[in-house]
Amino acid sequence: MKILVPVKRVVDYNVKVRVKPDQTGVDLANVKMSMNPFCEIAVEEAIRLKEKGVAEEIVVVSIGPAQAQETLRTALAMGADRGILIQTDETVEPLAVAKLLKAVTDEEKPEVVLLGKQAIDDDANQTGQMLAALLDWPQGTFASKVEIADGKATVTREVDGGLQTIALELPAVITTDLRLNEPRYASLPNIMKAKRKPIDTKAPDDFGVDIAKRLDVVKVSEPPKREAGIKVESVAELVDKLKNEAGVI
Amino acid sequence: MTVLVIAEHDNSALNDATRAVITAAKKIGGDIHVLVAGKDAGGVAEAAAKLDGVAKVLHAEADVFASPTAEAMDALVTPLMDDYDAVLSAATTMGKNFMPRVAARLDVMQISDITAVESADTFVRPVYAGNAMMTVKSKDAKKVITVRPTTFEKAGDGGSASVEDLGASSGPFKSEFVSEELSESDRPELTQAKIVISGGRGMQSGDNFHLLDKIADKLGAAVGASRAAVDAGFVPNDYQVGQTGKVVAPELYIAVGISGAIQHLAGMKDSKVIVAINKDEEAPIFQVADYGLVADLFQALPELDEAL
Repeated sequence: MKILVPVKRVVDYNVKVRVKPDQTGVDLANVKMSMNPFCEIAVEEAIRLKEKGVAEEIVVVSIGPAQAQETLRTALAMGADRGILIQTDETVEPLAVAKLLKAVTDEEKPEVVLLGKQAIDDDANQTGQMLAALLDWPQGTFASKVEIADGKATVTREVDGGLQTIALELPAVITTDLRLNEPRYASLPNIMKAKRKPIDTKAPDDFGVDIAKRLDVVKVSEPPKREAGIKVESVAELVDKLKNEAGVI
Repeated sequence: MTVLVIAEHDNSALNDATRAVITAAKKIGGDIHVLVAGKDAGGVAEAAAKLDGVAKVLHAEADVFASPTAEAMDALVTPLMDDYDAVLSAATTMGKNFMPRVAARLDVMQISDITAVESADTFVRPVYAGNAMMTVKSKDAKKVITVRPTTFEKAGDGGSASVEDLGASSGPFKSEFVSEELSESDRPELTQAKIVISGGRGMQSGDNFHLLDKIADKLGAAVGASRAAVDAGFVPNDYQVGQTGKVVAPELYIAVGISGAIQHLAGMKDSKVIVAINKDEEAPIFQVADYGLVADLFQALPELDEAL
């Protein structure tokens, strides 16, 4: 079985981004970039499925600038087998990403596409679901547990009230939530080895996909700031303030 | 212009999140219809018909809608969209699951998790864990939108809409519901509670969360947690407040032993009053707290319990 894992290069999760003064976006100059944390979890899960003998090959794909190759190398160093870079300097919206991934899926014919539930830059949480719709495949989003056997995937999902388990016929799209696994660090020998693994570079045009944007960004602004309040000295003072000043208890 | 709102419910009661979505729909303008898809959910359809501002309720009954998969919702909603200019749902795990599917089928770029409606085609949404607010104008003919329920007022009752029965969407489907394990609690649901008390890594263990439980019971509060506490295995993931968990905006939010990482703040900084209890006076949580108490939580919590 082949697993396709799309990965995204995003601002590192420890970075607090700043809005540009001209309100055209956020300042990404000289900011540390990393693989989106949910994508790392997806790569890890694919590798575990390979280690269990469920999967034979893991193909990672990224859509982004030339530097997204580093993100692919990270995935290859973790244990993926080969990479595909769809290179573009444009901002590609989730719908266009899903269309490109559908084209890759049609070519590669994986039985599972495993990807992060959300990228921590645009926080859209759409791509996996859109891809499933375009492929007419079932989907298991926000997975905290995945079992694959007999042409079926059993996925336990993180839902608002607790956990839900669903069964999917393969092929299927699965998106990862935080508790699915803890991604490994690549070892130095594996980082060296990853340098020799193949990465195929393509362009959106090669797939005949129109990546024109559907949403115009009117402006990007700072969120309303919250001012720090006061420090209280004791629990008694706190309770008094909450009762008599704020009136919330 | 006609807007379709997908109701969120548990087959017996309408979720308050739907009331917030109705308010967002009113701001877009036009007639508002509500779709209730469920199993034995007639009561929910009646409740939806009473919502202020709703012109019509569509009620779809089927076994498959008891706990619907994204596939089943997609098959029901997408064909209905011939008659609508926009479809809205709450940005809950339910809405997040099926709405992008509908968007892709309609060849529309979804607008996720909106916090404000500027006009019928322009919306504000948080990006980068709420560290930036992006105003976007959609060029698509139809709009597919998920709404952050905490930022819109909840629509009240006062309507008397007609209820129309829909045929169920037909399968066969390639995904099916197997089972559900919902957290049992007498306390209010996290996103709907007026008071939330959350614990972080400082709680040191899952057992210590009983200190929060006691206070929550006295205040009628829900109990939440930071991602660090969830990652450490203290509590289940459905406790998680933050960028990747739930977004809450209660009257009072009490953060206990939570340092205040960016991704946690993203989930609670719209709360009306924030209290932070932390022994590290440099913790970033104090920068957003209205009332900060620098103290060892293992002393402060029993005292608080006593004082209430």
